[in-house]
Amino acid sequence: MLESEVPQEGNVTLGGHRKAVYARGADGKIQIVQSAGWEVEEIVTRQAVDDLNQLAANALQRVASGETSALEYHMHKARMDVPLLSQTSGVWQWRIRRHFQPAVFAGLSTTQLQRYADALGLTVDQLKQAK
Amino acid sequence: MEFQHSQASHCESGVMSAMLRHHGLPISEPMAFGLSSAMSFAYLPIVKINGLPLVAYRMPPKAIIKGLQKPLGLKMRFETFRDPQAGTRRLDELLARGEIVGMQTSVFWLPYMPEDLRFHFNAHNVLAFGRDTASGEYQLSDPVFETPVTCPADALQRARFAKGMLAPKGLLYYATAKPSLPDWAVVIPKALKKTTRIMLDTPLPIIGVRGIRRLANAIERLQPAQAKMFIGQVVRMQEEIGTGGGGFRFIYASFLQEAADLLARPRLNELSEALVDIGDEWREFALSAARMIRDREPLVTPALADKLRLIADHEQTFYRDLRRAA
Repeated sequence: MLESEVPQEGNVTLGGHRKAVYARGADGKIQIVQSAGWEVEEIVTRQAVDDLNQLAANALQRVASGETSALEYHMHKARMDVPLLSQTSGVWQWRIRRHFQPAVFAGLSTTQLQRYADALGLTVDQLKQAK
Repeated sequence: MEFQHSQASHCESGVMSAMLRHHGLPISEPMAFGLSSAMSFAYLPIVKINGLPLVAYRMPPKAIIKGLQKPLGLKMRFETFRDPQAGTRRLDELLARGEIVGMQTSVFWLPYMPEDLRFHFNAHNVLAFGRDTASGEYQLSDPVFETPVTCPADALQRARFAKGMLAPKGLLYYATAKPSLPDWAVVIPKALKKTTRIMLDTPLPIIGVRGIRRLANAIERLQPAQAKMFIGQVVRMQEEIGTGGGGFRFIYASFLQEAADLLARPRLNELSEALVDIGDEWREFALSAARMIRDREPLVTPALADKLRLIADHEQTFYRDLRRAA
């Protein structure tokens, strides 16, 4: 890659930051060059983010229709899956899945809710509501 | 001594380059990367990230920090903690002593990261070089950022004690013995040979040049339903995760140029050129994959696989030549 070929087309996922890449300058030396972003990176990052957002949006709908609990929504919103939430909260995976049932979730103790809230970086009140 | 931040393309080599410079040994990021033989390739179908296999273009985390100890006579001390509070106390202690401290963190919990890049990736390295007494915020040098950043204490503690794959367990590290200028004629050929060994001779078919071919086969066999997510993940590992472009191939090419000067071996310059070409091929692969993801060109996985096979052939030739030149 030549210095003149370093993409500067912008990448919204970088949030205005510029990243450093290596490219060959006019003198033939390879050196660090700042890049405002490459569309290719934007495409693949957006793809991954959209996929995660889709999971959260989907869970939100199912919370509204009473098929799942707010816990599943918040798990996806924190970009986690069941194995990661299990490791972070210290709750077994099968228990987490059980807590996805709205009726079971509604009956959880404050202690248990607090564990999930801590793992997800939320307060208990935030955890109880899906929004 | 006042700490100097500088931007790098990769977190671990950037952290080590800054740390060595702080300890009086100015070493560039590419030199830190090349001297620790950090370039590699691995396709790990068993290790899943969000259900997709891991593809890595470099050695596992901590390879650079550890790999620089021997050639530079550097001594690093590593500490992990069971109790998050103990980890934070220890960090404060070291900072009060005037150390600059490297830490392993999860990008998801770092508030200064752009929202879209905050995935649960646990092996991001940053340096702490101070703590603001008034606000209690830490002053961090995150090598992939243009300027130093600040981070609240609770967020940093969370980031250091995130769980999951490659959990950092509060890992912090600092130098306990000053590095010294090495005998380049000894350490560089050794590092080059190690990289060629990893890429050509690893007895596992998922590492090195064979790993690239293995990945090509896997991409060829993809079902249309999962194909886009899979190739997207490969491209993210190659370009997004601070690789300096082309999956670290350009950084390593820069290291070869430096090596050519230090050892007065022009052959390494030629090899550097060859590697830049290979890096460009990786970028073309990424471009093609991204266009397929966006339906700008038809999704033909065998075509991508063929591109990878061609890259594998070129890399094989390159490492064989490098072995002879080392």
